[in-house]
Amino acid sequence: MTEGLAAAAKRALTDARRSIEGAMFQVAAILLAFIVGALVLYVSGYDPVSAYAAMLMGAFGDMFGVGQTLTQATPIIFTSLAFLVSSKAGLFNIGAEGQFLVGAFTSSLVGIYLGGLPWVVHIPLALLAGAIAGGAWGLIAAVLKARFNAHEVITTMMLSYVATYLTGYMVNYPFKAPGWVSQTVRIAPSAELPRILPPTQLSAGILVALALVAFTAYLLQKTILGFELRAIGLNPSAAESAGISINRGIMTAMFLSGAMAGLGGACEILGVHRRFIQGFSPGYGWDGLAVALVGGLDPVGSLLASILFGALRSGGMIMTRSTKVPLDIVIILQGLVIIFVAAPTFIRSLLKRRSK
Amino acid sequence: MQGITKSFPGVVANDHIDFSVEKGEIHGLLGENGAGKTVLMSILYGLYRPNEGRILVDGREVTIDSPAHAMRLGIGMVHQHFMLVPSLTVLENITLGREPAKNGFLLDRKRMHRDVKEFCDRYRLDVDLAAPIYDLPVGVQQRVEILKALYRGADFLILDEPTAVLTPIEAEELFGAVRALRAEGKTVIFISHKLREVLAICDRITVLKRGRMVDTVATEAATEESLTQMMVGRKIIYEFRKGESAGQKPVLTVRGLKALSDRGISALKGIDLEVLSHEILGLAGVEGNGQTELVETLTGLREAAEGTVTLDGEDITGETPLERIRRGVAHIPEDRYKRGVIPDFSVMENLIMCGQRDRYARNGVALDFREASSCSDQMMRDYQIQAPGKDTPLRNLSGGNQQRVVVAREFSRNPRLVLAAQPTRGLDVGATEYVRGKLAEMRDNGAAVLLISADLDEIWALSDRIAVIYEGRIVAVKPVNETTEQEIGRLMAGGRND
Repeated sequence: MTEGLAAAAKRALTDARRSIEGAMFQVAAILLAFIVGALVLYVSGYDPVSAYAAMLMGAFGDMFGVGQTLTQATPIIFTSLAFLVSSKAGLFNIGAEGQFLVGAFTSSLVGIYLGGLPWVVHIPLALLAGAIAGGAWGLIAAVLKARFNAHEVITTMMLSYVATYLTGYMVNYPFKAPGWVSQTVRIAPSAELPRILPPTQLSAGILVALALVAFTAYLLQKTILGFELRAIGLNPSAAESAGISINRGIMTAMFLSGAMAGLGGACEILGVHRRFIQGFSPGYGWDGLAVALVGGLDPVGSLLASILFGALRSGGMIMTRSTKVPLDIVIILQGLVIIFVAAPTFIRSLLKRRSK
Repeated sequence: MQGITKSFPGVVANDHIDFSVEKGEIHGLLGENGAGKTVLMSILYGLYRPNEGRILVDGREVTIDSPAHAMRLGIGMVHQHFMLVPSLTVLENITLGREPAKNGFLLDRKRMHRDVKEFCDRYRLDVDLAAPIYDLPVGVQQRVEILKALYRGADFLILDEPTAVLTPIEAEELFGAVRALRAEGKTVIFISHKLREVLAICDRITVLKRGRMVDTVATEAATEESLTQMMVGRKIIYEFRKGESAGQKPVLTVRGLKALSDRGISALKGIDLEVLSHEILGLAGVEGNGQTELVETLTGLREAAEGTVTLDGEDITGETPLERIRRGVAHIPEDRYKRGVIPDFSVMENLIMCGQRDRYARNGVALDFREASSCSDQMMRDYQIQAPGKDTPLRNLSGGNQQRVVVAREFSRNPRLVLAAQPTRGLDVGATEYVRGKLAEMRDNGAAVLLISADLDEIWALSDRIAVIYEGRIVAVKPVNETTEQEIGRLMAGGRND
């Protein structure tokens, strides 16, 4: 018994060390991005120290900042998990944006037209509708791949544009609210996800996101489905030999991935905007891809990286207001983080040289 | 090389090895898989740095820190996995990175051709220089690799398991080329675990065992038996006792089976075959006569175009791989890395594959880690899988231990039918003997075993009956004691059954 415990403890330790080593690399890349960002600020004639201080205070300095940071992070948590799940099955679902929009729009319809239901029914129903719609949108690409071997990178991306314009059409014509803004009418109060940290826009959507992080980790590591999806992602031929159906796996993975993005869209509508407004997503789906990579394709990593990106956005706004540094620096910083994380060979070789 | 030590996390691959090669000799480096042969040579070729020890070339101590450096010292290496650009021609591959220039920047194709042609003739390595690599059989690709090394000025050539990918005829041609190299004063290190080849071609032989050097001997002073003793430290039993043949009944029955190859060409043209319980049916044949397609059709990975497959009297022709696994069909795939294992999965994850929905499932959703863990421990003990732990990624295991993982997974299900395709390919003597013993054990326990092997010795050592496949048809089935190697050889080559 004690022997088993000792072995388990040892295993947990080595596991922890391995994941810390992996995380170290991610952190190093992010630090490097901030150092280069500081150079950019300095060269442009701004004081990097005060800019970063303002950004940090803006993002985490008070409850309002934290609330805004988490609000910004919430949709990206969903879309990064969506990309993560598909990539574990060897698929590159870069169309989270479309699945996010379709989910958002569907949940807004459920929110508007099923008014009168009690909230305990209405909210879950609207969330579920968003997830299923997003999943179905993802499934289209999976069917095209399974049937015609159409590459998902192309189909998911094109379906994203279809979704953007389709939802745009919907809110400009059939479902347009009176007035000149391209948006639907407001959802019924019974479908609204409560705001949990007023006066910020942070809604209970963050709780759904956190639950999804836990769910994703459990799914991938502890379930039969997760095992089969990972097997397909790592070696489809061997997975097939072991009795795993590749086509079914592809469809399941794409449905799950789309559903996660769609659920994110639903939370954004029900919790933040309370109606579908054309162009409400500044590209959360695309961000999800980058964030999943920055998070090292790990559910918890996705969560942390989403918070980082959320903090850049919310802190960036405060920084601009208090230091006159233009908001563009935030985009530069995001770009730098992505570049440094996406250039792993470069960073690894730097680390290796130092350790030699 | 003196006192070379190299360790990787969890393994000491080379433990104070002293190794020396004389100019102009063919030196065999012999050892089981995982004995440290490739690591030692990779150190010499500058791919790894040793933790300890020194390397002397022509009596001068050197630090070889890259393959480019090794090449400057005249050391060339031909890897097990070729490093060629498939879309370029033979000529372009050979001269890649060393293209002769005209007027400083134009490619001098004429000179390129003339230089390389001269090499080909001198070393009797005949290749079509204009052919693109992807068109060529492996044996020819290997020749290109050798030419490439020579073109870069190698005087000292390391061949890593060169015959593993070759047919017997190609291997003979390779030996001719290696002897021609020696005649030209080149030095060759020949890495292998095949005793017969090493004895046939080498002047001296060094044996490694578990990262240590056992001895260097002159070939005249060595025999297969003495080398085997040195490699594994025990005698090898090559023959496996045939099981009792009482109460045999057909387990697998194949009737008129037809299937297409990946290219859509008819690969199986009406296979009729029966494998009985308590027997090993050896399927002999030159590779590429439909063996791969037959196994894939039997496992459900390939669709049958016509005909039926029956297991224990039930028609399973249209069943999925999973349904067949559940019926007790075990499969040792011919290409371990492609079909057999997932290198990035842990040992345990590889061991529980196939059973993830059955034995290791809990309430239909989650994996039962307690069961998976205890079964993995059991399998690792029973099948003597040497690994730092069951959570180690499989890719860190030696080839022999990876194959043990496959065998453990497939055989611990107590299968009714075992489809073993090239089960000992690339394995060392010890692992080979082990796998063969397990196949015989399956047979003795009553399973039907279909053994597909390119190695006639293997077929001979194990089979109760031998079937010969030729151009997608079974041309003969003979009990092993009623036939001869000559007859089987003739049938494999398309000769008439008489």
